Amino acid sequence: MSSGSNITPSVMPSHPPQREKTVHDPDAQAVPGSNQVVEPTSMTGAQAIVRSLEELDVTDVFGLPGGAILPTYDPLMDTSRIRHILVRHEQGAGHAAQGYYLATGKTGVAIATSGPGATNLVTAIADANMDSEAVVFITGQVGSKLIGSDAFQEADIVGITMPITKHSFLVRSAEEIPQALAEAFYIANTGRPGPVLVDITKDAQESQMVFSWPPVMDLPGYRPVTRGHSRQVREAAKLIQEARRPVLYVGGGTMRAQASEELAELAKITGAPVVTTLNARGIFPDNDPQNLGMPGMHGTVSAVSALQMSDLLITLGARFDDRVTGQLTSFAPNAKVIHADIDPAEISKNRAADVPIVGNVKSILPELSEQLQESFAEHGTPDLTQWWNIVNHTRETYPLGYTPAEDGLMAPQKVIETLSEIAGPEAIYVAGVGQHQMWGAQFVGYQRPNQWMNSAGLGTMGFAIPAAMGAQVAEPNRAVWAIDGDGCFQMTNQELATCVINEIPIKVALINNSSLGMVRQWQTLFYDSRYSNTDLNTGADSIRVPDFVKLADAYGAVGMRVEKEEDIAPAIHKAMEINDRPVVVDFVVSADSMVWPMVPSGVSNDEIQVARDMTPDWDEED
Amino acid sequence: MQRHTLSVLVQDVPGVLTRVAGLFARRAFNIESLTVGQSEVEGLSRMTVVVEAEGDALEQVTKQLNKLVNVIKIVELIPEQSSQRDHILVKVRSDASTRASVVQAVELFRANVVDVSTDAVTVEATGAAQKLEALLEVLEPFGIRELVRSGTIAVARGGKSMTDRALTK
Repeated sequence: MSSGSNITPSVMPSHPPQREKTVHDPDAQAVPGSNQVVEPTSMTGAQAIVRSLEELDVTDVFGLPGGAILPTYDPLMDTSRIRHILVRHEQGAGHAAQGYYLATGKTGVAIATSGPGATNLVTAIADANMDSEAVVFITGQVGSKLIGSDAFQEADIVGITMPITKHSFLVRSAEEIPQALAEAFYIANTGRPGPVLVDITKDAQESQMVFSWPPVMDLPGYRPVTRGHSRQVREAAKLIQEARRPVLYVGGGTMRAQASEELAELAKITGAPVVTTLNARGIFPDNDPQNLGMPGMHGTVSAVSALQMSDLLITLGARFDDRVTGQLTSFAPNAKVIHADIDPAEISKNRAADVPIVGNVKSILPELSEQLQESFAEHGTPDLTQWWNIVNHTRETYPLGYTPAEDGLMAPQKVIETLSEIAGPEAIYVAGVGQHQMWGAQFVGYQRPNQWMNSAGLGTMGFAIPAAMGAQVAEPNRAVWAIDGDGCFQMTNQELATCVINEIPIKVALINNSSLGMVRQWQTLFYDSRYSNTDLNTGADSIRVPDFVKLADAYGAVGMRVEKEEDIAPAIHKAMEINDRPVVVDFVVSADSMVWPMVPSGVSNDEIQVARDMTPDWDEED
Repeated sequence: MQRHTLSVLVQDVPGVLTRVAGLFARRAFNIESLTVGQSEVEGLSRMTVVVEAEGDALEQVTKQLNKLVNVIKIVELIPEQSSQRDHILVKVRSDASTRASVVQAVELFRANVVDVSTDAVTVEATGAAQKLEALLEVLEPFGIRELVRSGTIAVARGGKSMTDRALTK
């Protein structure tokens, strides 16, 4: 770092001093939406909120009213352009808005009242922050004169969420509303996407203001870098030219950038193995022979070992999360690193990058592809035959698989595999957190982006049902399957009521192993099979509290129970035919099935186990 | 661990201090001092943050700071290429018998006496942190009743301004 210098990484193009705002400038700050001009019109702050959302092209919002947001709910009743879906818990509104974003890339919106309404959003805000999802959270706040007085239902939600939002606004006057909302939507869905909170006092909603559109945004400190530095792209091409064991390490950033086509081209040109992280499943088709599947703690042996043996990681929108790297010091020890990411703070955060490229992978990838084509034409295409021999040997020796459960109950993997076969790649699969999530990532065949969504970084149990609801609202013509666990399901299943009443026909594959399965797996492996507080009594040989079929029935959804393997497919077929209400299929599976492969926590990825105490014989390949 | 002085140009909006200070805390950095006040540009405040950090960690935290929407620019000021000053007010125990010695010490350091009472003298001093440490060491034997420090403020040497090129208008 040089003295007196602007502390931005050298790889970032320096900000031009005077940027002219023209339509040709891709970095120019433009108010999102179709930007129709609205001449000055007098209205209340509450009406301005609804009107701003309309002008921002918002068509669906999820929320639940309360005292401090009541003024806004009144004009919300009159709008024909926005559908408001009344949830049963604000956390559900938040996750639904996330699912909505994940299904389409359109900014999700969740609305809640002050105090407990706002704090109930906190988990969803943190979740959206961890997984870089564009969601705008709008909360009512007590009157501006009451702030700081411990008023009824007062909570400093801006303060509470500061560490878990991309940005936040406290709006105390009606005049500020259009600009704050425009900036919130702009910030949420540009650069590295993230959650933005707009907290609006009750008096700001109630007072009169003059509304006009579009507002002028003023964000001098927010200038996301989009285009990668050409010199860095050339350096990257040089490393790829020299590499003998390259791997494309593809993360959620590539998904957020909607860069599947650009990735496909780069993969084709390089011919390198591709691994797709938990948030990138589907960005590159699973049926492409170059795809080794998911890396990390429960990744495939071939994906994990390819990274370990690699001499060059071509990292695209990934962040070297500990669940991918295992013990960081022994991760991919011989690899150089190209790291392309839109967030400069991710570069060299966990693993030093040899060639950092800050920018949007959607614009970096075509540039890199072009450079490579030139380079390969000049120096010849690198011969990766030997590398593929090694990778393919691992893949053939240690394919993903599972064994039937010893207790005679259904294997959960079989359920998910069958679901994938029947519902196919056009369906959307949404998981919560735990074993069912990992099996969902492993045993569904992903062929397209946005086919898979889950709570990856934060690991929020209860994500699936409300997120599936949001995805179904965004994509009404797709089958949306929540692959959920019995633990997760009990955290947020009240949104089934929302789904039934609003005719949002999500389908739930309940992987019911009667326990907090992933915790139980760790207890089996690392706590001497002492099952402290992981038995939920919902499955086989238990008192079945609650009875999920009855629960579904009580909500007005369709409930089915499947206990035998031969009934799996018929139940899924039947569920696929129901499109007017949610379906819950209670798959009663074995509690003893475990997620394999597994890299135990804190050890090197070389210690990956394909089954309990079984580590691949690495010497065999050399 | 090395001391680093960062100049942070921020929008003068509610909560910006919390955002900056919170980020240092969250990423486990110890702030040695933090000062904030208006800059020469209306609507912009300038913070001077002194932190102890290794090079890599400092780079990480400045990148994270840069991501804050209200943060406009961050510059590290190297001591040799900048003017760095602290301001202190120190109340020293002193009666008629010791007052002359205290005042002499104050004059040696080109500090000022700003208040005198029968049992104490309040001294004001400005300077680099090291100089102030030396002054405090000399005053210590008399008995220091109260000490207030401003924290470091700093500006780069030469004619350039940090706000040049910092704004898109």
